[in-house]
Amino acid sequence: MTASGSVGSGVPHLDVDPFDMKFFADPYPTHELLREAGPVVYLDKWKVYGVARYAEVHAVLNDPATFCSSRGVGLSDFKKETPWRPPSLILEADPPAHTRTRAVLSKVLSPTVMKQVRDRFAAAAEERVDALIEKSSFDAITDLAEAYPLSIFPDALGLKPEGREHLIPYASVVFNAFGPPNRLRQEAIERSTPHQAYVAEQCQRENLAPGGFGACIHAQVDEGAITATEAPLLVRSLLSAGLDTTVNGIGAAVYCLARFPDQWQRLRNDLSLARGAFEEAVRFESPVQTFFRTTTREVELSGARIGEGEKVLMFLAAANRDPRRWDRPDSYDITRRTSGHVGFGSGIHMCVGQLVARLEGEVMLTALARRIAKIEITGEPKRRFNNTLRGLDSLPVTITPA
Amino acid sequence: MPAITFIHPDGKSIRIETVGGESAMRAATRHGLDGILAECGGNAMCATCHVYVDEAWLVRLPAMADDEDALLDGTAAERLPNSRLSCQIDITPELDGLVLRMPERQV
Ligand code: HEM
Ligand code: FES
Repeated sequence: MTASGSVGSGVPHLDVDPFDMKFFADPYPTHELLREAGPVVYLDKWKVYGVARYAEVHAVLNDPATFCSSRGVGLSDFKKETPWRPPSLILEADPPAHTRTRAVLSKVLSPTVMKQVRDRFAAAAEERVDALIEKSSFDAITDLAEAYPLSIFPDALGLKPEGREHLIPYASVVFNAFGPPNRLRQEAIERSTPHQAYVAEQCQRENLAPGGFGACIHAQVDEGAITATEAPLLVRSLLSAGLDTTVNGIGAAVYCLARFPDQWQRLRNDLSLARGAFEEAVRFESPVQTFFRTTTREVELSGARIGEGEKVLMFLAAANRDPRRWDRPDSYDITRRTSGHVGFGSGIHMCVGQLVARLEGEVMLTALARRIAKIEITGEPKRRFNNTLRGLDSLPVTITPA
Repeated sequence: MPAITFIHPDGKSIRIETVGGESAMRAATRHGLDGILAECGGNAMCATCHVYVDEAWLVRLPAMADDEDALLDGTAAERLPNSRLSCQIDITPELDGLVLRMPERQV
């Protein structure tokens, strides 16, 4: 891990592997190295450009004509390799195609729709806390960060009760597949057949309960906004991106609040800080760590010349802790003004499910802080390894009711 | 540089110098105004930068796009005829003196 030798265009070459187990165990020193090496770096290991400072990450996210998504937002270039699954019609699409599908999902997950589901999501959070208080010692990942979204999101989508155990494994394949052809990715794809079959089946109109997000997407076919063959693939986007992300988001928030008791106390004293506490956890932990873009032309970015058809890796997590942008970036502060963080991305592809994520986070943290006085970590937290997602596999805790 | 005024729900007002044609939302968050949350960072996706535009100024603002109109239906505080999203109002020299009221709540 050295920032040695600048070659060619003056872009520093680094021999860092940001998809390696050692890196995942503690990414922060490498994030700093990447940020400090220069505004644009080159990673020899995977032959890609990288940006880790806030300004450049934000710039790349907001220039989709130059830094496109249709050639894949993982390492694999769809122009050169066959994607492992049919590409997403929203995530892996550029305008004008993206504009149309995006409008459909924005409508299905709008602020108006959030007002309608809020009470249901909040009631389920209270029920979860009832169960946790009953247990008093539990795994905050399985019993909380996973159990809560699983208790509401599949229902909100309108999925059948059978087969839901495929959901988290499917998402884990999707997010591993954005990475390079390492073991994580190869093994995930090898084991993906049953999960893919389940998901393909669930995305069909007849398998989605009326009134759910899935049925609302299919209803857009009748409006002429999308075709009947597009609708199942858009439902697939919610199945891929809507569950495991919030599991890691809520897991991050609970892990932060358990580690920083002063912040937990502040939240307990003022429950209106719950939404901010969740948002700050998304900045601080960045459950979605990275995404790629592909250049559509030769471009100069902060003095670096990048040719056409190059992959650019955006370190969202590093940008979210860039001292050029954030005061005391490494402290978790639930009153921080987080507006502008890139944990949900930025620009035209910025997370279309962000309102769902915030709602889940807000109501879950509110319920926890109202009813629980103390959360203590009682065992070594275990990390879950994924090429894109950052989160824990287990977090043993004991709680004291208020 | 053009300056704009934000009025809090309790009537207190603050005048802010804008920089480089930034949006009204950006000016507010740069000054740490609590009344503007701007959770999506100005991407017209969250409706937490809701403002009521002073009647005298309403007609002088550029028309709103369809996505802003749709988002305004989901604001936490009541949508009024003078409701706008402050991230969609770029402060040009013609808007020097603009007055925006902040709603009771953004979520
Ligand atoms: C804490 C939870 C979440 C995080 C951290 C997160 C993060 C992200 C990020 C960083 C992007 C940008 C991708 C890019 O620029 O290429 C994104 C896009 C997306 N997210 Fe999320 N997400 C979360 C929750 C959700 C939820 C709950 C849903 C669905 C209900 C969802 C659905 C999507 C979809 C469909 C896209 C693609 C949007 C587009 O390309 O226009 N996400 N998300
Ligand atoms: S800041 Fe999100 S809509 Fe204006």
